[in-house]
Amino acid sequence: MLLLALAWRSLRNRALLSTLTGLSIALSVALLLGIEQVRVGVRESFAGTIKGTDLIVGARGGTTQVLLSTVFGMSSPTGSVSWATYERWAAHPAVQWAVPYALGDAHRGFRVIGTTTAFFERYRFRDRTVTFTAGRPPTTDAEVAIGADVAERLGYAVGSEVVLAHGLAAVSFAEHGAHPFRVSGVIAKTFTPIDRALYATLEGLTVMHEAEAASGGLMMGPPTAPTAGPAPITAFLVGTKHRFETLQLQREMNEDRTEPLTAIIPGVALAMLWQTIGGAEVGLRVVALLTLLIGILGMCVALYASLEARRREMAVLRAIGAGPRTIVALLVLESALLSVAGALAGTALVYGGLAVARDPVEVRFGLALQSHALTPVEWGILALVVGAGTLVGLVPAWRAYRASLADGLAPKL
Amino acid sequence: MTSTAAITLADVTFAYGAGRAVLDLPALEIARGERVFLHGPSGSGKTTLLGLIAGVLAPRTGQVTVLGEPLHTMTGAARDRFRAAHLGYVFQMFNLIPYLSVRENITLPCRLSAARRARAEDPTAAAARLAEALEIAPLLARPVTELSVGQQQRVAVARALIGAPELVVCDEPTSALDTDRRDRFLELLFAQVTAAGSTLLFVSHDLGLSARFDRTLALGALNRAAAHGDPDAAPTVVARGS
Ligand SMILES: Nc1ncnc2c1ncn2[C@@H]1O[C@H](COP(=O)(O)OP(=O)(O)OP(=O)(O)O)[C@@H](O)[C@H]1O
Ligand SMILES: [Mg+2]
Repeated sequence: MLLLALAWRSLRNRALLSTLTGLSIALSVALLLGIEQVRVGVRESFAGTIKGTDLIVGARGGTTQVLLSTVFGMSSPTGSVSWATYERWAAHPAVQWAVPYALGDAHRGFRVIGTTTAFFERYRFRDRTVTFTAGRPPTTDAEVAIGADVAERLGYAVGSEVVLAHGLAAVSFAEHGAHPFRVSGVIAKTFTPIDRALYATLEGLTVMHEAEAASGGLMMGPPTAPTAGPAPITAFLVGTKHRFETLQLQREMNEDRTEPLTAIIPGVALAMLWQTIGGAEVGLRVVALLTLLIGILGMCVALYASLEARRREMAVLRAIGAGPRTIVALLVLESALLSVAGALAGTALVYGGLAVARDPVEVRFGLALQSHALTPVEWGILALVVGAGTLVGLVPAWRAYRASLADGLAPKL
Repeated sequence: MTSTAAITLADVTFAYGAGRAVLDLPALEIARGERVFLHGPSGSGKTTLLGLIAGVLAPRTGQVTVLGEPLHTMTGAARDRFRAAHLGYVFQMFNLIPYLSVRENITLPCRLSAARRARAEDPTAAAARLAEALEIAPLLARPVTELSVGQQQRVAVARALIGAPELVVCDEPTSALDTDRRDRFLELLFAQVTAAGSTLLFVSHDLGLSARFDRTLALGALNRAAAHGDPDAAPTVVARGS
């Protein structure tokens, strides 16, 4: 208790230096925790790109390719899935719902997806459903709903006329001019690839392709249909009746011989993808750790530098009966107090900052920053700061220990 | 604590680190209740001797017995506890912890030692009493940084005497004071030492003060290592030479 009081008073006596030292530690802690928050936020946003869908099923191909083409609108689909196969699986007893998904067309660099209205009801991202800022989902074969980025970039609104192009190239020369679409709705910003896509009905795409064929259009891509029957799709999303049936259903689909399919669990596939692209976070952490190192070294220097001026104080304490170990304890306690104060202030800074920044960040970047209790990693960071700070206090303390043993009661000034 | 001697040194030698001997004292004895004036040239080892008696330093050889306790057989930590419980110490200057108030400085020994606290009974009241007697009562709540040197020295005396330690050691406590304040300081110190029944060991250059003490010791005469001392050189510089 005495030591704590002495350490506290001594720190307060050097208020400016103590504040600056504590502040530098607080800032590095805030940086570390902030980076951790953003890292977790980014990862969760990424993992939340698609939710509520138990399986994504495409033509036989790589897991990543099915995920990239279906969810992210990147790379090309693994192939086509016949309508009959889709219907067969949609009727499977374990399946609660299935949504067809046809990729293959583009509009001025944005992807066009053919699907059903069920898509807008079933699709979830970060546990939210797709909503519209204006209009509604497409219902006729001449309607298309557009993502927020599409609307913004191309200046479209409900009622705008849209001419779709065949193929996925950014600039396609084969425009389906014979069958123009009209925008039926604008989807509210999701911060997922939905923002950069257009959604038509399956019939709409079929009619468009037929009109194109009739007018002697070129280049029939893989997903186009022979004239009769519903066109093939490129993938479909599945929700199971019971979660535990997912794995079983996935195996069944992957092993089915009628039409070779690849069924992936979105959460698993997303996590795998994150592992390969999430490496940048390590770099961020290293930088933050270096900042912390500088903060702690700064504290060590500050304490060490103040020792010279405090040799008298140490001698007085010795004369009153304090042992050299008490002196060590006093100095270590001071650095521990500074570290704890820095850690607390840094944590407060981060949580205060989060409280202010959460909504703007969500609106601007679609990054859901949680205000959860401290995670084990964050506790680890705080423990590291306090531990390292306290340990570093041993350096000046050791010097004071040696000095107080050697000086006796006649410290050199 | 049945012995009548407050301090007994026998065949004590001491050196800082591996350096040459600073002290070589065949014998020194101070009785309980005695007021002893110790003088000697600068660098002759006065402060060093006080360090040995206070148990801050350990002798290289010989016996240091204080209040009947053989310090030379005790561990450093035991000597620290002993000092906290039985000894009051006053430096030449800079006696006070700068970040504590006058009152907190005076009561500090009671917070370090249960024995001192027990004897002081109520440390705050004891501090007030001592401050009253030493004419620093109005300063109790002030930060020590606002005190004059003379006031600081009286605060140091109050701290040395709180909880009535058996032995009070002063290392040139008056050398920063002018003559008038020095005399007043001595009067107050004597009164309090008498009131507490303590033994007083007082180091000073100022031989003019020696008449007021029971006994005067010249360290130069007692210390066989003193012949090597250089009274005019700065002592620390001499010591640094290997
Ligand atoms: N911490 C130390 N390390 C090494 N040598 C020291 C140390 N302290 C004192 N000495 C040396 O020991 C000798 C005695 O020093 P001490 O301080 O005891 O003298 P003193 O009699 O108190 O002098 P003064 O009257 O100037 O205070 C001197 O030669 C000094 O240089
Ligand atoms: Mg001296």
